[in-house]
Amino acid sequence: MTDQATVDRIENSVSRSQWWDVWDQFKSHKGAMAGLFFLVSITLFVVIGPWLWQVDPTKLDIRSKDIRPIYTALWNGDAKVSWSHPLGTDNLGRDIMANLMQGGRISLAVGWTAMILAVFLGTTVGVLAGYFRRLDGILMRFTDLMLALPLLPLLLVMMLLFRDSLRAALGPEQGIFVLVVVGIGITSWMQTARIVRGDILAIKEREFVLAARSIGTPSGKMITRHLLPNVLSPIMVSATLGLATAIITESALSFLGLGFPPDFATWGKILNDSVPRMVNFPERVILPGMMISLTVLSVNYIGDGLRDALDPRLRGR
Amino acid sequence: MKVKTALLGAIASTALAPMVLADAHEGERGRDGEVKIIYWQAPSILNPFLSGGTKDVESASMIIEPLARYNSSGELTPWLVDEVPTVANGGVSEDLMSITWKITPGILWSDGTPFTSADVKFTADYCMNPDMGCAQLTKFEGVSSVEALDDLTVKVTFDKPTPFPYGPFVGGESPIIQAAQFADCTGAKAPECTDQNFGPIGTGPFVVTEFRTNDVIQMVANENYRDPNKPAFASVTFKGGGDATAAGRAVMETGEFDYAWNLQLAPDVIAQMQEGGLGTPIAGFGPLVERIMLNQTNPDPSLSADDRSVVGPHPFLGEEAVYKAMSMAIDRPLLVEVGYGQAGKVTCNWIPAPAAVNSDTFTCDVQDIAGANAMLDAAGFVDTNGDGVREANGVEMKMLYQTSTNAVRQDFQALIKQWMSEIGIEVELRNIDASVFFGGDPGSPDTFQKFYADMEMYANTFNGTDPQAYLANGLCDKAPSPATQWQGENISRFCSEEYDALHAQLTGTANADERASLARQMNDIMVSEGGMIPLVHRGRLSAHANSLGGIELNVWDSELWNVADWYRTGDNR
Repeated sequence: MTDQATVDRIENSVSRSQWWDVWDQFKSHKGAMAGLFFLVSITLFVVIGPWLWQVDPTKLDIRSKDIRPIYTALWNGDAKVSWSHPLGTDNLGRDIMANLMQGGRISLAVGWTAMILAVFLGTTVGVLAGYFRRLDGILMRFTDLMLALPLLPLLLVMMLLFRDSLRAALGPEQGIFVLVVVGIGITSWMQTARIVRGDILAIKEREFVLAARSIGTPSGKMITRHLLPNVLSPIMVSATLGLATAIITESALSFLGLGFPPDFATWGKILNDSVPRMVNFPERVILPGMMISLTVLSVNYIGDGLRDALDPRLRGR
Repeated sequence: MKVKTALLGAIASTALAPMVLADAHEGERGRDGEVKIIYWQAPSILNPFLSGGTKDVESASMIIEPLARYNSSGELTPWLVDEVPTVANGGVSEDLMSITWKITPGILWSDGTPFTSADVKFTADYCMNPDMGCAQLTKFEGVSSVEALDDLTVKVTFDKPTPFPYGPFVGGESPIIQAAQFADCTGAKAPECTDQNFGPIGTGPFVVTEFRTNDVIQMVANENYRDPNKPAFASVTFKGGGDATAAGRAVMETGEFDYAWNLQLAPDVIAQMQEGGLGTPIAGFGPLVERIMLNQTNPDPSLSADDRSVVGPHPFLGEEAVYKAMSMAIDRPLLVEVGYGQAGKVTCNWIPAPAAVNSDTFTCDVQDIAGANAMLDAAGFVDTNGDGVREANGVEMKMLYQTSTNAVRQDFQALIKQWMSEIGIEVELRNIDASVFFGGDPGSPDTFQKFYADMEMYANTFNGTDPQAYLANGLCDKAPSPATQWQGENISRFCSEEYDALHAQLTGTANADERASLARQMNDIMVSEGGMIPLVHRGRLSAHANSLGGIELNVWDSELWNVADWYRTGDNR
């Protein structure tokens, strides 16, 4: 049994890169696979969806307002349903399915971009602080300072200072997009930076780093070739968490009216607008809420699976 | 004069009809047991001079009363006096410097002592004491002296001619308190007199037996009330606290309470509660109007801080065709249905109430997109570059439309944006947190005073029935600017010489009919010259149990102004 497995691995190692091993390990994590499936489905829904379902999400049709989702007819024959609005319409007659697609595009775009920005910043600061002792004090105190800053007042100030100029330069939607993404990105890199610094500090005392240094590897090469690959797994995990946080922060900003213009759907805003009519139209809260929860949950599971798959000590168990 | 007499006759006959009905419910005092009232904001004190809160003023209005008050149609009604003093009946001096009130003889306080002019004079001295910090001091603005000429006559003298002298002792915010009870509570000692402030002796239909701060007030009928057959209820439980939804349910769905105040809820939510079948919502309309203010100055962000939204004119909003077409493109009945239901009415006027000052010059209850398009075409504002947006005076007709964050307002924004796009005007929406928008912070660019947008939507109103001070909001020199720290009430920066002249004339006119006529003219100038686009006349919505009769919702005074006339109808319970 064990011998057979060892033989398999030896045979495979000839023809396969390590990423195939990662993928094999990842596949064995059921939660991660389910998460990947949901994330891909949701992404396809919001990216491909608007081409297939060509309804303008902002079009108001007051005559067909308050239509229930088509499945309501299963238990309530009197419900106002229509095949032209399979998920129903809101109180002004906007199609909910089109809004979920449009809102998802924005929410996911904000989530991914802000996360990439935050991870990039966090990793850079973490690596520099961990590797160069002289930078450590100043960078880590700066990290503490950023952690102590309250996010919402900071965003409020950013909105006041930069909104008009960005709006003039990029238009109302792109301007706010850049502002929200930058706002979330520069206020959520600190956790990543701390984790990465801790790992770098531990790794750079290891023998293989000493060996690399003894043959004269310069600092840049040392970081990219020996250190970064070894801290990849905590970075991946914090990236997945960051995506979830970014989507939720964007919802909070929309709720406060600091985010996108009010007719510009995002999942958080659809959810927030529907709360007063939650009793009569529960689907208007449940659908966007489910989208946010599923995305966040999937990404977390993927992160979990990736961590297991990327750690060579766990791989193969 | 004949027309006026005929009108008065008509009013009297309509007033008589409910009185006949009310007669059917006559009987001895206290015959109908207990009435339960719920206010979702809890009263914390029963002395309106120490608190401006509506909840406190209205709960106290069941106990202490003013000399005259407004009835449900906004007319001054004598209360503890025989008639309202006017220039015509000699109660107001010809030079408009003084007003003399004659108290009805025989009125007793609830402790059995007579109500005299000394109490009225004491009340004025009490509130005008500079050490006190009286919450209703504005009611006594301009008063130079209050004299008791004899036991039943009070003369109020002003320091300048006052065409509208009904500030002191009129309305629920300026009731009379008993001199004997409050004698030791003047000046800085006023807030310390807990017993007096929590249980004032009054002339009203009820007497406090127990007052629990921010919770509940127990009252019983006043033995010495001037009408021996009133009130119909022997006791009152006045419950405070909770929220509007719970209060509405308690009256209309579960029937635990008989009257719920100020239900600011969405129309579909109210309709659902009404299906409970135990109560009925009633709406009353004051001068509160939801409107779009049109910026008369240029809000271009590229202008310097001293010029932006300060120097005019706006690139195109001053054009008559533009603001007329915008107004025509709006479907006001739909806005009412979506946002306010029973608590809203279509209006084309800035000042739709009281009825006397509501102008009938304009009609605007039908949407006319085609007419609006034709008007813009005729004015030459057409789309020359084919991007779907018209150009006017060399600029694209694109506007920024801001308002406070509020579900109904965002629905309005979405609808109006769509209608504007149908007439070739592109609108960008922005919503701002209400505490910032109305906060008045001169450092914030997002306040409604700064108006860094082309159009903005909010509601505004005024207290009482006299619009003089409110009309001053359209004067040229009231425009907010950096020089005034952005303070000022002329939000749209409207400026018209004719308007200013009419306002000057108003400040020197005492006759009520002439004042109303001037107010209507000023309203028409403001609307027809594009200072604003009125949208919805908003009302206040309360609910009463179906078994409670005699209710007349009053938005000009305390809602409980006629609680002495309430009775049990016997329906439903």
